Amino acid sequence: MAVTKLFGARVKRKEDPRLITGKGRYTANLNFPGTLYVHFVRSRVAHARIRSVDVSRALKVDGVVAVLTGEDLMDGLGMIPTAWQIPGSDLRTTPYRPVAVDKVRYVGDPYAVVVARSPYAAADAAELVRADLEPLPAVVDPEKAVQPGAPQLYDEVPNNTAFVWRASGGDVDEAFARAEVVVKQRMVNTRLQPTAMETRAAVATYDRFSDRFTLYVTSQNPHVHRLLLSLITGIPEHKLRVISADVGGGFGSKIHVYGPEAVVLHLARKFEVPIKWVETREENFLSTIHGRDHVQYVEAAALRSGKVLGLKVRSYANMGAYLSTAAPGIPTILFGPMLSGPYEIGAVSVEVIGALTNTAPVDAYRGAGRPEATYVLERVMDLVAREIGKDPADVRALNFVPKEKFPYQAKPIGITYDSGDYITAFRKALELAEYRKWREEQEKARRKGRLIGIGISSYVEICGMGPSAAVRATGFGLGLWDSAVVRVHPSGKVTVYTGGHPHGQGEETTFAQIVADKLGVPIEDVEVVHGDTDAIPFGMGTYGSRTTPVAGGAIALACNRVLEKARKIAAHMLEVREEDLVFERGRFYVREAPEKQKTIQEVAYAAYGAGANELPPGLEPGLEATVFYDPPNFTFPFGTHVAVVEVDPETGAVKVLRYVAVDDCGNQINPMIVEGQIHGGIAQGLAQALYEWAVYDENGNLLTSTLNDYLVPTACEVPDIVTDHTVTPSPHNPLGVKGIGEAGTIAATPALVNAVLDALSHLGVKHIDMPLWPERVLRAIKGAKSG
Amino acid sequence: MARRAAVRTVQRRARGPVPQAKVPIRVKINGVEYSHEVEPRLLLVHYIRDVVGLTGTHIGCDTSNCGACTVLMKGTWGNEWRAVKSCTLYAVQADGAEIITIEGLAKNGELHPLQKAFWEHHALQCGYCTPGMILAALGFLKLNPNPTREEIRKGISGNLCRCTGYVNIVKAIEAAAKEIREKGSWI
Repeated sequence: MAVTKLFGARVKRKEDPRLITGKGRYTANLNFPGTLYVHFVRSRVAHARIRSVDVSRALKVDGVVAVLTGEDLMDGLGMIPTAWQIPGSDLRTTPYRPVAVDKVRYVGDPYAVVVARSPYAAADAAELVRADLEPLPAVVDPEKAVQPGAPQLYDEVPNNTAFVWRASGGDVDEAFARAEVVVKQRMVNTRLQPTAMETRAAVATYDRFSDRFTLYVTSQNPHVHRLLLSLITGIPEHKLRVISADVGGGFGSKIHVYGPEAVVLHLARKFEVPIKWVETREENFLSTIHGRDHVQYVEAAALRSGKVLGLKVRSYANMGAYLSTAAPGIPTILFGPMLSGPYEIGAVSVEVIGALTNTAPVDAYRGAGRPEATYVLERVMDLVAREIGKDPADVRALNFVPKEKFPYQAKPIGITYDSGDYITAFRKALELAEYRKWREEQEKARRKGRLIGIGISSYVEICGMGPSAAVRATGFGLGLWDSAVVRVHPSGKVTVYTGGHPHGQGEETTFAQIVADKLGVPIEDVEVVHGDTDAIPFGMGTYGSRTTPVAGGAIALACNRVLEKARKIAAHMLEVREEDLVFERGRFYVREAPEKQKTIQEVAYAAYGAGANELPPGLEPGLEATVFYDPPNFTFPFGTHVAVVEVDPETGAVKVLRYVAVDDCGNQINPMIVEGQIHGGIAQGLAQALYEWAVYDENGNLLTSTLNDYLVPTACEVPDIVTDHTVTPSPHNPLGVKGIGEAGTIAATPALVNAVLDALSHLGVKHIDMPLWPERVLRAIKGAKSG
Repeated sequence: MARRAAVRTVQRRARGPVPQAKVPIRVKINGVEYSHEVEPRLLLVHYIRDVVGLTGTHIGCDTSNCGACTVLMKGTWGNEWRAVKSCTLYAVQADGAEIITIEGLAKNGELHPLQKAFWEHHALQCGYCTPGMILAALGFLKLNPNPTREEIRKGISGNLCRCTGYVNIVKAIEAAAKEIREKGSWI
């Protein structure tokens, strides 16, 4: 598409005026008259049989209306489905009830719910619900969970093994036979708590007059929530409206369907009054999904030149106590196929064991599978470089897929990368980071006993999900197309209805930019509507960096369709042939007589007027188009990040001296928003490398259940970030865009870990598992010295 | 052993609540006088949101770490405006105090310099931490009108943002500080 005034411009966001003045429309802000509030009673033990639940004292609390146990709720609520049933993996789905019956399986598992006239009364009464629990042994570690003799979570899932997924491409045995060096490493990709600043919330109402339900909910995908909640509650899909207005961050955690959202709907049906639930931060940490949590064993075969020939990866993926909505696909489908990353690696084999444990369910968290793959690979690149005594930059440069080889089929499963120019982004990043200069600085510093390290991370990620046929073949419950309606009103103002559901990513602005450019109308005349299932066609929502490439692609195509019709109308009005018209900046004019023209606004009015001199015979009135866009391929953004750190040899503390990110997400619609996504992504990737870690003790108590214990970085921990980009458009996307929501998170973690290990390389430290807390770094330094 | 401890925890939590008589309070918020009868244990943030109905003040945690609930307050410890986390106070502690929330920052339809700067510099994404972040920044600028970037970072370190990586927030506060100094009026 032609890049005109708004496409590519740093347009200030349309969503901001309401958000900076306190008028954000977050779910927890809703208070309807007559509301009943619910509070869940959650297990404080990781694994126990529920003998009985005594609600009698709770019922006596002033203001309490009802206390319901899991058993009470079985009449009306079904199981929470697992919507990604990966084939060929002997997948065992788990009975996952909105409120536990018979057994609790993790600390935070709800087993009763209090309904009261105020949130305080509900919380008071929850304290008085007594459960007679028969404690059972717990297991939290994914490797231990799948060993014979481990405590069993389910009778129907032997050895807690939810699935074993394998993929292989190329001749791995031959690669290892040819290898001149083999590096092996066990790595832990830590468990993380997504920590959107807004916790989850849900308000359900029932309207007796229309016999319909409305659920206001913190959701990344309202239509998917409507479908799955309809299955759980039995409320037919057309009787349920899901509204998700402003959402205070998601990072994956608000994709999934959880019990409480189903419970409030059920209670609205039972009591016929509004029902409200707002999650506390402790509940959020205990029972909203966690992310990552792999134990990975990797072996890489390479030549002395640094050429990597093959990879073998075995990963124990912790799935938590229940298989959440998309859980099985995250450590498998979104992990294994991306293991060769931006490198031409001839042979890759991967095995992933999904382990059920007495911990919170684990599902998609920003990056979802790709950070885990990139971490393996980028650590391997450094380990190979170390083994052969070469600069890690040179090893990467030697292995990149060259530009001429696109579209490129990547091992192990032959997924087709759409376009890429990895070496160019890589060189740009090294140059901006002053890589050679820092290598010299590092040498000088070492002579003075100072520890400086430089870490590189090159990545390619898969997003723009996705072609429905490919996605369905992996067992995903629905296709991953997206929808758009572009509706031009009689006055020429435009409402765009998108199936995406941005919650911070700024598409109310970027989508308005696309439409304003395409139709030649002022951006003020374009309103983007999302997050209401009654207003928009079925849409798949916002996650996986898919909104701009897929939902944005749908909008671009819908604009084209609007313009095709507008051209017919303009030609009729001007009494010329369609091909005699030129459309430019919102006007159709006659090529040979430019003074003869109709604006898009005039055409819109004519489309609704539908008079004889307005509409050609046979053309329907109105000016709008609906598009369901199913992309022909995924998109593959890429880039290179470079981190320079200094490690304090006395304390082990890590300080980031410089951080450079060069990312290529194809065409950029709004570079200001792209940079914002990169900044935030890097902060989360850095957090995993240096600070955050969701920790369970051996009995299954979450030790990081508050923001005192779970170390989300503050402004003091995130450094200034230098961003730049290259532009390699996606050849198949209508806008040439690829998506940028997760890139920063994917790239940053290995960049920082590699930097710290680079700082310690001359001491003989090969690997430290994340988070690189001062204590761990110091132990590694001391261990290396004494060893 | 540990298992038994966990069971004891379940039992220990089974204590009764102690409902208390309501107490009258008067609070001035964004220039408007409010008087209500509240439970002594009602948190100030719940009072602002659920009783007064100003939902621009958000709640992001239950341990006073996140700062989403930050408001400006004066009158309870002297006549100086201070940024406070409204989840750390009971509503009864605000009796007789004045409070400014995010809704009270724009004057006659004109955005406050911090609001403008946050918009201009793309210092917000989901917007959830933004009201608290802006008020924390304002409280900080009141104490330090001409801060360095490092000082800004420390000044807002009681407020968490999960979206922006703080890069643009720091820039926005720096720009707003300049405008506030030039205007000579911080509010």
